[in-house]
Amino acid sequence: MIVADRKPLAEILEMVSDHHEILLLGCKGCVTVCNAGGRKEVQVLAATLRIARRKAGRPLEVEEDVLERQCDPEYVEQIRDRADRFDAVVSMACGVGPQFLAEAYPEQRVYPALNTTFFGGAVGHGVWEERCGGCGTCIIHHFDGLCPVARCSKSLLHGPCGGSTGGCCEIARDTECIWDRIVQKKMARGRLDDLRAVRAPKDWRTARDGGPRKSIREELTP
Amino acid sequence: MTTAFDPRIVAFCCKYCAYAAGDLAGSMRLSYPANIRIIQVPCTGRVDIVHLLRAIEDGADGVYVAGCLEGECHFLTGNLKTRKKVEYVRKTLEEIGVDPGRVEMFNLSSAMGPRFAEIAREMTERIRELGPNLPTAAKAA
Repeated sequence: MIVADRKPLAEILEMVSDHHEILLLGCKGCVTVCNAGGRKEVQVLAATLRIARRKAGRPLEVEEDVLERQCDPEYVEQIRDRADRFDAVVSMACGVGPQFLAEAYPEQRVYPALNTTFFGGAVGHGVWEERCGGCGTCIIHHFDGLCPVARCSKSLLHGPCGGSTGGCCEIARDTECIWDRIVQKKMARGRLDDLRAVRAPKDWRTARDGGPRKSIREELTP
Repeated sequence: MTTAFDPRIVAFCCKYCAYAAGDLAGSMRLSYPANIRIIQVPCTGRVDIVHLLRAIEDGADGVYVAGCLEGECHFLTGNLKTRKKVEYVRKTLEEIGVDPGRVEMFNLSSAMGPRFAEIAREMTERIRELGPNLPTAAKAA
């Protein structure tokens, strides 16, 4: 899923400082699962903003809602009848949501309340880790299911580098060296020779290097 | 202020400890301030961040959660989980300029009637010193 974190309150309060009535819009997709922009987080942020603005003597009206997804036009349409009632819409979706909203409602001011961070998963209650770099050409089967693109600080494909110490990356003691893990796993499975294979250089044009990406499935298009 | 400030304080009390301690305080005829509005919960783990924030938003000058002694939660860890939620709310309030002391977590057992009364007095005194929270938004109790 896409993992996100709520922006600092000061930044959100600054965004809406000139507004008096906003729609705070959550998303039932990834950000609900990573507890950043679902119904509960919308309720908490709405209450916090109202308290802060009342405290400042400039009350803020906050209507709360959560869309099925903010990355699908059909759900973004669901606020059509009331979108113009608000000074601004604050989206608690990933970076995709506020863009779909801004496209659907060009007259409306749209703000992001979250910082979209990475593609990852939950490794414990309240802890998420990056697992995918979205490079467009998956190669994790070469590395026993461990992605060096996302999980090596340098995205090395022939690691580890000299900064690997005791299984940790040089950038921080709590960042594991994924190349250490790959080598350990290959050794344990007796597949270390896999790493001797000579492979063609990775084509990074399918990643961001090729510019903004688009996926078209002819069988699904009208 | 020309008149004494009479704070409104919401107390989320666990059925297995603090609420029973409140009953005991009553049976012992202990007096404590009438500023406390008690909400019984099946476990403090039921109390969510939004409950604490909404209490503040809707006019409470202070809020506290009273749960079992640490390690003695009827549901094992409800009180430990809610302590973290209380800390989150305190941090949030501090960020928006509200004194974090308005929200607190206490631990006591059902046998601690006098402590229940003492907590009620302690919070009332603390909130009285801090003054009204959102005076313009104060609603009739």
